[in-house]
Amino acid sequence: MATEFHNLQELRHSASLANKVFIQRDYTDGTVCKFQTKFPSELDSRIERTLFEDTVKTLNNYYAEAEKIGGQSYLEGCLACLTVYLIFLCIETRYEKVLKKISRYIQEQNEKVYAPRGLLITDPIERGMRVIEISVYEDRGSSASSSGSSTTSSSGR
Amino acid sequence: MTGNMHLGVEEPIRECQYNQICTHNSSTMDTPHTKKKKIKRKWQVFPGRNKFYCNGRIMMAKQTGVFYLTVVLILVTSGLFFAFDCPFLASNLTPAIPAIGGVLFIFVMGMLLRASFSDPGVLPRATPEEAADIERQIDTANGPSGPGYRPPPRTREVLINGQTVKLKYCFTCKIFRPPRASHCSLCDNCVERFDHHCPWVGNCVGRRNYRFFYLFILSLSLLTIFIFAFVITHVILRSNRTGFLSALKDSPASVLEVVVCFFSIWSIVGLSGFHTYLISSNQTTNEDIKGSWSSKRGKGNYNPYSYGNLITNCCAALCGPLPPSLIDRRGFVQPDTPQPVAQTNGTGACPSNQVQSHMT
Repeated sequence: MATEFHNLQELRHSASLANKVFIQRDYTDGTVCKFQTKFPSELDSRIERTLFEDTVKTLNNYYAEAEKIGGQSYLEGCLACLTVYLIFLCIETRYEKVLKKISRYIQEQNEKVYAPRGLLITDPIERGMRVIEISVYEDRGSSASSSGSSTTSSSGR
Repeated sequence: MTGNMHLGVEEPIRECQYNQICTHNSSTMDTPHTKKKKIKRKWQVFPGRNKFYCNGRIMMAKQTGVFYLTVVLILVTSGLFFAFDCPFLASNLTPAIPAIGGVLFIFVMGMLLRASFSDPGVLPRATPEEAADIERQIDTANGPSGPGYRPPPRTREVLINGQTVKLKYCFTCKIFRPPRASHCSLCDNCVERFDHHCPWVGNCVGRRNYRFFYLFILSLSLLTIFIFAFVITHVILRSNRTGFLSALKDSPASVLEVVVCFFSIWSIVGLSGFHTYLISSNQTTNEDIKGSWSSKRGKGNYNPYSYGNLITNCCAALCGPLPPSLIDRRGFVQPDTPQPVAQTNGTGACPSNQVQSHMT
């Protein structure tokens, strides 16, 4: 199904424009990294509410695990302090380990859940942990009206 | 995850599982420069006023003169101590003195360099799409405005642990600042858990380097007191043998060390004490100066971030997990990605124009 577009102008005016939905941070628990689980209206017709909420809740749990203050983090902190923080040249911090897990999870979710529905999640770390950016791709065969707001058609990445 | 990069319009779009289409209009904005092979690292196009060294590994503020003064003072004083006082003390008292002094000195320098060179917790600026999305949300919240109407200040209110906290919009970074973040005017960056900008350290002190800063001033207080005490001991011991004036003549460096330490002790120990208080109550210098959580602001005004327990506050600040840098200094700039809002145009793309040209 490789379609050839002869110029990008034609691309932009076609029905296949991408839209982006941003899931903002939820600061009600303080400065811990947590995203709002409120279902955005732009995704209403694209994905089931439960799937979306599951993804966000799992991500929130991962971040909570990364930022947990407990025995392991104290141990890591004390050990690091004693070695003048040089130990981090050799080993990864727990936060970094969890971020890798998150990366793999997002990739897996994209492959299994979101890509078949024409959506794509961007890892929040690439957006400064401010937002979960969900790119909405139009189905080329569908009607011209885009889902969600038609007043803003933002440029794609 | 980036989509397919197709600069050449003659290339067919690669088939994908989903109809991912490159809607990059960067080709219209492209200058020949962006197509050249040299790819820049992100620190080279960083919009803030920071200086980078070692190909992005080291990050400091723009003005670093005072930092070099700090380093020189510490090196010279410690150097003189080890060269002139330690031989006497090691042979007459115990060799543990230079050993402990050495350990303290290494710790002080390590913490200083770590505090100065690391990213304090800079928040990257919003991408053009994010900025547009926020603008849209603000506009719908504020309602339509006439041409001469000045829009109200952009704030959002959040309830954190029962306390209402106002999130302010940063016009430079185009984001709503997270709680406890602040914009440093010297570095022109929003910094998470912003404490203050320290010229002695040559960097902002924020979430990622506060513990290094605190350990630096704490260990420096100990080192200063240590040097002061043992230089005085040295001079006294020498005076007992040879008299006071000849003791000073034999060890002139001691005078300089005593003077430097005497004046430093007041400020550094005072600062350590102040920051110990801040850590135990989980406040930042910024919040303390503004009196954000002071009871003078109103009854029922309290610090929502405090864990309630002094020990927990200290442990959280010093031994909590170290978050990673959000700005990815050494990553490569994707040639087609429009750069976030910058003071000057980045790699040939004009983000604000791009956004507006697509508003229908």
